[in-house]
Amino acid sequence: MKSKTDHANPFAGDSTGIQKRETAARWALRAGSYLVVLTTAAIMLHIFVKGAPVVFRSEWPFVNTQFLTELPSQLHVIEDKQGRRYETGVNGADAIKKELGENYRSEKTIAYSGGGILGPIVGTALLVIVSVSVALFLGVACAIYLSEYAKHGKFLELIRLAILNLAGVPSVVFGLFGLGAFVLTAPVFVDVPADRSVLAIPLGFTTLSFEGWDTCVLSGGFTLAFVILPVIITASEQCLQAVPQGFRETSMALGATRWQTIRYSVLPFATPGILTSSILGIARAAGETAPIMFTAALAFKDKLPWQKDLPPLPADASVFAQWEQSLQRFLGIFTESVQALPYHIYTLAAKIPQNEYSERAQYGSVFVFLVLVAALATVSIWMRIHLRKKYRW
Amino acid sequence: MPSAPVPASVSAEPLIQVEKFNYAYGDHQVLFDLDLNMRSTDVTALIGPSGCGKSTLLRAINRINDLVDSARVVSGRIRVDGVDLYAPEVDVISLRRNVGMVFQKYNPFPRSIFENAVYGLRVAGIKNRHDLEEAAERSLRSAALWDEVKDRLHEMATGLSGGQQQRLCIARAIALRPRILLMDEPCAALDPIATARIEELILQLRHEYTFIIVTHNMEQARRIADRTAFFYKGRLVEEQDTMKLFTAPDDPLTESYVTGRLT
Repeated sequence: MKSKTDHANPFAGDSTGIQKRETAARWALRAGSYLVVLTTAAIMLHIFVKGAPVVFRSEWPFVNTQFLTELPSQLHVIEDKQGRRYETGVNGADAIKKELGENYRSEKTIAYSGGGILGPIVGTALLVIVSVSVALFLGVACAIYLSEYAKHGKFLELIRLAILNLAGVPSVVFGLFGLGAFVLTAPVFVDVPADRSVLAIPLGFTTLSFEGWDTCVLSGGFTLAFVILPVIITASEQCLQAVPQGFRETSMALGATRWQTIRYSVLPFATPGILTSSILGIARAAGETAPIMFTAALAFKDKLPWQKDLPPLPADASVFAQWEQSLQRFLGIFTESVQALPYHIYTLAAKIPQNEYSERAQYGSVFVFLVLVAALATVSIWMRIHLRKKYRW
Repeated sequence: MPSAPVPASVSAEPLIQVEKFNYAYGDHQVLFDLDLNMRSTDVTALIGPSGCGKSTLLRAINRINDLVDSARVVSGRIRVDGVDLYAPEVDVISLRRNVGMVFQKYNPFPRSIFENAVYGLRVAGIKNRHDLEEAAERSLRSAALWDEVKDRLHEMATGLSGGQQQRLCIARAIALRPRILLMDEPCAALDPIATARIEELILQLRHEYTFIIVTHNMEQARRIADRTAFFYKGRLVEEQDTMKLFTAPDDPLTESYVTGRLT
C-alpha cells in the first residue's frame, strides 16, 4: 500500500490480493457458464446446418414431403461413367440402369437411408400417447395420495425414497424390466395359453394367461411410463402442494369430503401445472432409446401399425362385422411393434456403413426429432403462461 | 341495538361446553384442562397472545384441526347441544355444516362469486339451479354484499376488494345456515373501514348465529363481544363479561394483558 497522503482517495481500489481473486473467480464462473451456452449452441447449429437442408426445400411446398410422409427404405445410388449420380428407391433402379445402358458404371445400396421417416414418427407418437396416458394416471393418483391422504411418517419417507430411486435407475434397466414384465409375463386373455406362460388361469370362456404382450407399442409404452413416472409424480406433487392450504381447509369447513375437496378445490388449480410438467415428460419419453429397444422398437418395418392384413370381409358382411373389424384394426395398432425416432437414429448411426447418404438421413431424423421436442417445450411454456393467468389466487 | 327476544331455556343452557379439554400436536400439548361454556345468545371473543391455544380451540370445535396429522384430543370433551363432538359416531361432514368457519386470510376460491357462495350447497348435493340462486341471494344479502355484486355474480371472486372477499367468505359459510359461526381473526388482513363493516355485520347477524371470534384486536373484542375469554399458554385464565374483563378483571395476568403490560 502506498503511503497515505492528504490527497489520496481513501476509497481507491486496491489492485492486489482480494480484488484479484475476486476478478479471477468471476471470470472462472463466467467462463463455465459461457462454455455451457457454447456447447448447446454448437450442437443446435450443427444439427440445423446439416439437418435443415434435408427437411426443407427452396421451392414450394418448402418441406421435403417425401421425407416426412414415406416409410424408410433402401436407397439405390447409380453412377454413370461421367460421374453423375442418380438416387432412387428399390423400384426405380432397374429402369435407370436400362436407360443408362452402356453408360452405367456402378450401383450402391444404402440401407434405411431412402424414403422418409414416417414410420419412426408414427411409432414415437404412439409410444408417447400410451406412456403419457399410463404415467399421468398412475403418477397423478400417486401424487394425490402422497400429497392429500398419506400421513407424514416413516412409510411416506419410504415411498419418497422409492420414487427418488426410480428416477435414478439407468434407462437400460428399465428396458430389461419392461422385457421381463410386459413382453414376457404381462397377463392376456387367450384361448390356448402358450407354453412359456408363467401362470394360466382358466376363466371358462377364456384363459387369463401370464405370457406377456410380446414386443409392441403397449409393452414399450408401459415401460416408458415407468421411466417418466418419477418426473410426473414429483412435479404433480409440487403442483398440488402449491395450491394454498386455505382452499382445503375452507372446502372441508364447508362440509366437503376429502375427495370433494380434491376434486373441486385442489385438482382444478393444480391441473395446469401438472399438464405443463407432463409435457416435459413427453419429451423425455420420446427421447428414450434403451427402454424401447427390447420392448417395442424395430430397426426396420415396411408397414405402418394400422396396415395389417386382416381376412377380407365377405361382401355381405353386416355393419356389426365391419365395426368389429375396425375396432380390431384400431386395437391392433397397440399390439404391433413399431419403429421409433430415437432407435431409428441409433440404427442409422451405428448399424449401417457410414457414407454421405446415410449421414443425410441421420441428420434429417435428428433435426425432425429436435423440432418435435422444441415444439413440445414451446407448447408447455405457452400453456404455463396462459393458464397461470387464468388461475390466480 | 335492541336484543331479540330469546327463549329463557335456550339462554340458560350453554350451547357449547368445553370440559376438561386437553389437546396436543403429537407430544406437544397445547391446551390444558380447559373448562368453558358458551351460550347461543352470546358473541364470545377468545383473546390471548400468539400461541396461547385460542385458535386451536376454535379449530377443534368444527374439527377442522383433524386435517393436521399429529393433532389429537388427549382427554376431555367438547359438547355442542350436549353431543360429544369427538364421539366416534359423529359425522364430521354434518358437524361442519352446522358449525361454519371464516378464516383469517380471506380466501375465496378462484371461481365466480356465485360459485363461491353456493360451494357448500353444491358439495352437499344440491343441484337445482333455482334453489342455488335463491340461497346465493339470501346469503349474499345477509353478508351485506348483494348490492355490490348482484350485477357481476359470474365474475371471478378474486377480483373483489379484500373486505368484499371476506364478506363473501362469510356469505359462503352462512349459505349452509349453520348454528355456530367460528371466526379466526376475521379482520386481521383488512383495513379499518373493511373491519368496521365486518363488525357491523356480526352485530347484525348475532341473533341468527352464535359467534365465536378469535381476535388480537382488543378494541374489537370490546366492541362486539358479550363474553370474552383470555387464554395464556394453553390455559384459560379468565372468562368474563366483556366489560368486566376489560375494566375490572379478576386475574392480575388478564389485567396486565388487556392493559398491554404483559411481557
